[in-house]
Amino acid sequence: MESCNCIEPQWPPDDLLMKYQYISDFFIALAYFSIPLELIYFVKKSAVFPYRWVLVQFGAFIVLCGATHLINLWTFTVHSRTVASVMTTAKVLTAAVSCITALMLVHIIPDLLSVKTRELFLKNKAAELDREMGLIRTQEETGRHVRMLTHEIRSTLDRHTILKTTLVELGRTLALEECALWMPTRTGLELQLSYTLRQQNPVGYTVPIHHPVINQVFSSNRAVKISPNCPVARLRPAGKYMPGEVVAVRVPLLHLSNFHINDWPELSTKRYALMVLMLPSDSARQWHVHELELVEVVADQVAVALSHAAILEESMRARDLLMEQNVALDLARREAETAIRARNDFLAVMNHEMRTPMHAIIALSSLLQETELTPEQRLMVETILKSSNLLATLINDVLDLSRLEDGSLQLDLGTFNLYAVFREVLNLIKPIASVKKLHVSLTLAPDLPEYAIGDEKRLMQTILNIVGNAVKFSKEGSISITAFVAKLDTLRDSKAPEFLPVLSDNHFYLRVQVKDSGSGINPLDIPKLFTKFAQNQSTGTRNSGGSGLGLAICKRFVNLMEGHIWIESEGLGKGCTAILIVKLGMAERVNESKLPYMPKMPTNHGQTAFPGLKVLVMDENGVSRMVTKGLLLHLGCDVTMVGSSDECLRLVSHEHKVVFMDICVPGIDSYGITIRIHEKFTKRHERPLLVALTGNTDKVKKENCMRAGMDGLILKPVSLDKMRSVLTDLLEHRVFFEAI
Amino acid sequence: MEVGQMQRRLVDYTKSLFMEGFLDAQFLQLQQLQDESNPDFVVEVVSLFFDDSEKLLNDLTMALDQPSVDFKKVDAHVHQLKGSSSSIGAQRVKNACIAFRSFCEEQNIDATLRCLQQVKQEYYLVKNKLETMLRLEQQIVAAGGSIPMIELGF
Repeated sequence: MESCNCIEPQWPPDDLLMKYQYISDFFIALAYFSIPLELIYFVKKSAVFPYRWVLVQFGAFIVLCGATHLINLWTFTVHSRTVASVMTTAKVLTAAVSCITALMLVHIIPDLLSVKTRELFLKNKAAELDREMGLIRTQEETGRHVRMLTHEIRSTLDRHTILKTTLVELGRTLALEECALWMPTRTGLELQLSYTLRQQNPVGYTVPIHHPVINQVFSSNRAVKISPNCPVARLRPAGKYMPGEVVAVRVPLLHLSNFHINDWPELSTKRYALMVLMLPSDSARQWHVHELELVEVVADQVAVALSHAAILEESMRARDLLMEQNVALDLARREAETAIRARNDFLAVMNHEMRTPMHAIIALSSLLQETELTPEQRLMVETILKSSNLLATLINDVLDLSRLEDGSLQLDLGTFNLYAVFREVLNLIKPIASVKKLHVSLTLAPDLPEYAIGDEKRLMQTILNIVGNAVKFSKEGSISITAFVAKLDTLRDSKAPEFLPVLSDNHFYLRVQVKDSGSGINPLDIPKLFTKFAQNQSTGTRNSGGSGLGLAICKRFVNLMEGHIWIESEGLGKGCTAILIVKLGMAERVNESKLPYMPKMPTNHGQTAFPGLKVLVMDENGVSRMVTKGLLLHLGCDVTMVGSSDECLRLVSHEHKVVFMDICVPGIDSYGITIRIHEKFTKRHERPLLVALTGNTDKVKKENCMRAGMDGLILKPVSLDKMRSVLTDLLEHRVFFEAI
Repeated sequence: MEVGQMQRRLVDYTKSLFMEGFLDAQFLQLQQLQDESNPDFVVEVVSLFFDDSEKLLNDLTMALDQPSVDFKKVDAHVHQLKGSSSSIGAQRVKNACIAFRSFCEEQNIDATLRCLQQVKQEYYLVKNKLETMLRLEQQIVAAGGSIPMIELGF
């Protein structure tokens, strides 16, 4: 037998124990080899595992262990030295790797453990976040509900809709069993059930407002849980089950006066309504905080919405009121207009209707007077005449007065002879005065202008009225009339503070004083004199026969003439003085002889029909100028000739009654001259008549003439007869446009 | 020649002037305007007419002689002439002026020149006639007669 390098195992291989060891080693090796495979497989599958190289180490360690055990299988029988050395190598390697691994694991295992704790920690965190998320979601949902509710509430301005919607939406959102609103009554001492969710028409329950629970709710602006047994909460018929929790919240009722800009919104008036919300009974639900918050927010919104609704109602009411007032005013205005129109119509009609019969009566009576009458008849006719004259005067006075009051009366201004007015008055009054044996004297101041501009007729009417009154109320003695120009100081001391005379260059103030020695007037009665229809009741006026309107009308006329009239008297029996001041315009010297209005004279050849009529002829053409001049000279006019428009404007004066202009010459701007002449003479009766002479037969030209302000148009050639008739027409009608 | 004959001659002459259209009713009007207060009215007017027309015709000739004719000015002159002639009753002159004006509007130089000639012609004719008539009148007045009034039958 050769000595082999084999190592014999210590124990015989056929030993049972050996056999078992052998099998175990085999299985161990198998396991040790398959474990890394599994590891690799699963690690490959999961990408997460961070300690790869640890696994590698581990794998190496296991593999080597497996190898060791595997090789150990051969050591059970006789094995060579190679096997032994391989075995040794394997064991050494295994030892090394396992030591290294062991050392590594010291570092790694705490890490692995901490991973686990981190995982636990994260799980807890996740759970917590979930919880919070749940909360947030609920809150957000609440917010959404609130918004939706608010939207619903604010989408209408009608108070009832608002409240009903609130209750409905709240009920829906919070799944309430019952929701009710208690409003304070007018007296403020009770709360009345106004709206409920389930019941359609709540019966008018009332609850006194000073209940401790209610006070508690009103004193805080939070939603307060109240006991279901509280009177406000007893809304449902008592059921078998536990009633659900009840919450009440106050709803401030804001008033318009609460909306101060600066301190906004202070609740100065403590009027609240109460909103009661009941959870469904036996649902075991609790009021959550977010639900309470929702309720509070809604209550606030409702408050605001209600106040908006209140404001709107207010303004609607105001508008309706205004419309009504408008309608009423309109009606009143229309009635007033109708009344005025009716009055005007009445006046217009009466004016004519009253005067016509009067005229007939007066005319026929005066005619009758002229016939043969017995003394009795004559007396009767005279009485008729006198009475009808008085009546006519009365009618005129009444109509005048109404026109005066209307403001529609305008003075008829004109130049007149002032002296003549006084003479006329004197002439009219003298007969009556002499019958009563009164002496009338007239004194006109030397500086009183002879001519004046004013309303001659009305001035005479006024003076006559005053003088007539003086005569009427004097039974004996004398009447003196004085007239002079009032100086500023005499104007000032008149007894009227509102009479502010203004002196100007072309005006003067005429002062007329009528002093009589008659019955006089009680100074206390003086103010009444000038009022309509108020007659003096003193004994001396029994026989007055006046209408009482006279002085009132005089006052009106005098006012129109920017003057003042008043009466002074020292008492009964001491006579009185009537003083009248009116404003008249100064007249330029008027040449009495050149009267523009001549009666139509029979046309005679060769006879001058217009003696001294001053005319101006403007014509560039020398020949036709001469011809026209000849025509006019033949008719007796005083002709001035000019050859250009400048000369014309220079020489034209108010003495010329007519200006003849040849307008068909291109060089002359006749329209310009017309306008300039119009500007030069602003008063209509001073301006000469402007007549165009033209050979053109242009209709347009005629219209242009009329529009420019010409008073006439004559076609050339003009014959003598034509010129004569034209001038007559012109001077009578102040216009003559030849038919083209 | 005795007054009556002269008067008859005057009447015939005047009548012929009317017949031939040299004068129209306007001239009669002028004659009517002559009276004791205005004994020389007709003479004055006629002399004025002659002077005026001479001047106008000269102006017209000069205006139309220009290389560039100012028709506005020409028209103005003709207008004046027309006015004078119609005032005095020189019918043919007036008609010629009317024609002249229409050509002026058309700015037709040849036609206007022709018209000017026409107007001049008419003017000199009527001037001649009027001078003759006035001379006859003067003779009658110098012989102590009075100027007869023309009664025209038309």
